[in-house]
Amino acid sequence: MRGYLARKTLVYGLTFVVAVTLNWLIPRLMPGDPVQRMVARAAVQHPETIASMTDYYERTFGLDLPVWQQYLNYWAALFRGDLGTSVWLFPAPVSQVVLDAVPYTLGIMIPAILLSWVVGNSVGAMAARSRWLDNVALPIGYLITAMPYMWLAILLAWGFGVALGWFPVAGGYDFGLVPQWSWSFALDLLQHWVLPFLSLFLVALGGWAIGMRNLIIYELESDYSNYLAALGAPKRLIRKYAFRNAMLPQITGLALQLGTILGGALVTEIVFAYPGLGRLVLSAIQNQDFFLLQGTLLFVVIGVLLANFVIDIVYVLVDPRTRTGLTGATA
Amino acid sequence: MALAVNDLKVWYRTRRGDVKALDGVTFEVADGEIMGIAGESGCGKTTLGKALIRLDTRMKHVGGTVVLDDDELPLADDAAMRRHRYREVSLIPQYAMSAMNPTRKIGRMIRDLLSAHNVRYTEVLPELERRLKLVGLETDVLGRYPIELSGGMKQRVVLVLSTLLNPSLLIGDEVTSALDVSSQKAVARALVEFRDHGFVKSMIVITHDISVLFQVADTILVMYAGHLAEKAPAKTIISAPLHPYTKMLIGALPKVGDRYEEQQLEGIEGRPPSLLEPPAGCRFRDRCPLAHDKCAEAPPFREVSEGHHVACWAVS
Repeated sequence: MRGYLARKTLVYGLTFVVAVTLNWLIPRLMPGDPVQRMVARAAVQHPETIASMTDYYERTFGLDLPVWQQYLNYWAALFRGDLGTSVWLFPAPVSQVVLDAVPYTLGIMIPAILLSWVVGNSVGAMAARSRWLDNVALPIGYLITAMPYMWLAILLAWGFGVALGWFPVAGGYDFGLVPQWSWSFALDLLQHWVLPFLSLFLVALGGWAIGMRNLIIYELESDYSNYLAALGAPKRLIRKYAFRNAMLPQITGLALQLGTILGGALVTEIVFAYPGLGRLVLSAIQNQDFFLLQGTLLFVVIGVLLANFVIDIVYVLVDPRTRTGLTGATA
Repeated sequence: MALAVNDLKVWYRTRRGDVKALDGVTFEVADGEIMGIAGESGCGKTTLGKALIRLDTRMKHVGGTVVLDDDELPLADDAAMRRHRYREVSLIPQYAMSAMNPTRKIGRMIRDLLSAHNVRYTEVLPELERRLKLVGLETDVLGRYPIELSGGMKQRVVLVLSTLLNPSLLIGDEVTSALDVSSQKAVARALVEFRDHGFVKSMIVITHDISVLFQVADTILVMYAGHLAEKAPAKTIISAPLHPYTKMLIGALPKVGDRYEEQQLEGIEGRPPSLLEPPAGCRFRDRCPLAHDKCAEAPPFREVSEGHHVACWAVS
């Protein structure tokens, strides 16, 4: 187990380095020059002023240094928790901007991912044993899982927001409110949270339910299920075993999903003008804000890596086959 | 008598009609008897084994009765049958290699199964450990996962597990087919030993391998195309078979001392009839060298001498 942990840590460490490097590199390969943009924003005409402003900004962002030094500085600053200064929201530090947005994204993503996983697996397991439920749940599952996130998001925003008027359609909280610790603000947050959450939750739900149903049916046909049935084990025990074993691929699926759902979150946040990381990425790209883009993506990378690392460990704990596979059989 | 099967018919439902895999078989298995069932694939031997413990979803109990220790088994009623399984009828499956849940420790799985039968694991544990030692396993296998055991070890664990509650009847379906010859011998010996210790009252061992039956079985039942052909003590089946199919089956086995460079090992020409629309009369008729007009009528399965039953008009 210790060897396995060490190896996993090494792999994830390497992945992290590569991801951070790419993360640093990609904004620099984008067309356009953020300093020019900032200078242009100031709307000065005097060439000397322009030159000194350019000079000032380049020094502030460290863009006057050779590329390799920028890269090293980036790493050094990273360990101090310094992600640089935002160009778009100058002079706000990137770490502050990102940290402000993180709770909104996590607040939608974590419940959406975990709840859809839990509910989807339960529905799938139930569908596997009831023909009636199977006939109802399966087509609905296929339908919602095939929907693009943003399309469902727009439908929800139109249906529940515009047509029925039950929920607000934009923002993280009412524009008339100031963020504070109060019940009215919390309630307002919750109202704004419902639709973006629902759009991510529903799309993921169908996929989990279908996957679980198929896996359970496969497990119920397997040799160990037949043997238990022949030895008079009750259906409850056989289903329990089948469910437990069918969960294993679903745990892997969850890890994979954590990476891909971010794309969904990004689009969803844009549809609902939700102030999370997704919208930050879009604004950073639109404003050629290297540092903000880097900082946001860095959080995403760390999040996905952490989640996968946790799942890897959970997987080893729940499936003995991976354990022996990795350390060599003891028998 | 432990088991009495009377005119048992079990068919498979298919889209093209019913496949009459087991079409009226009648036989008895005595207390303490190990009966082997032999026959080529598709003869109904596995169907018979399954019918006695658990019909699968495609199988249909069409007629006939099975009486075990004076109790009629409710073959067609899965829920009612559950009470008889394990305690009275038990099974060693064809797939012993994958018969155990891969993600549960073996001891834990046995505990789960026993508690489903209202048996306390701790009460049975000393006997369980004793039997594991008897088949040459350490008791620490209970703390292992199935993947940590070799194929032969799994086979022996399954043997111990299946017979733990001392069933009246144990059905072994191709128990030795997936094993190498030395493991085959160990398992065959363990089966006989378990009967001798009284862990199992009687046994039905299903296999296509007659040489294994010769080591294990007291009597051998030969099946052909859903019907019984012959039942006799194992020695008689090997040395003095009466049914032409049994004769040809035994004749198809290689014998020690014969030189096969000089003579061809003889097989049986032709194939068994389709069980979708089986022909009336003796089903072996088309391949039988002794076939005559009378064979258009189904021959009765009758006793020709003490403990020797044959279904053939040519045998008097």
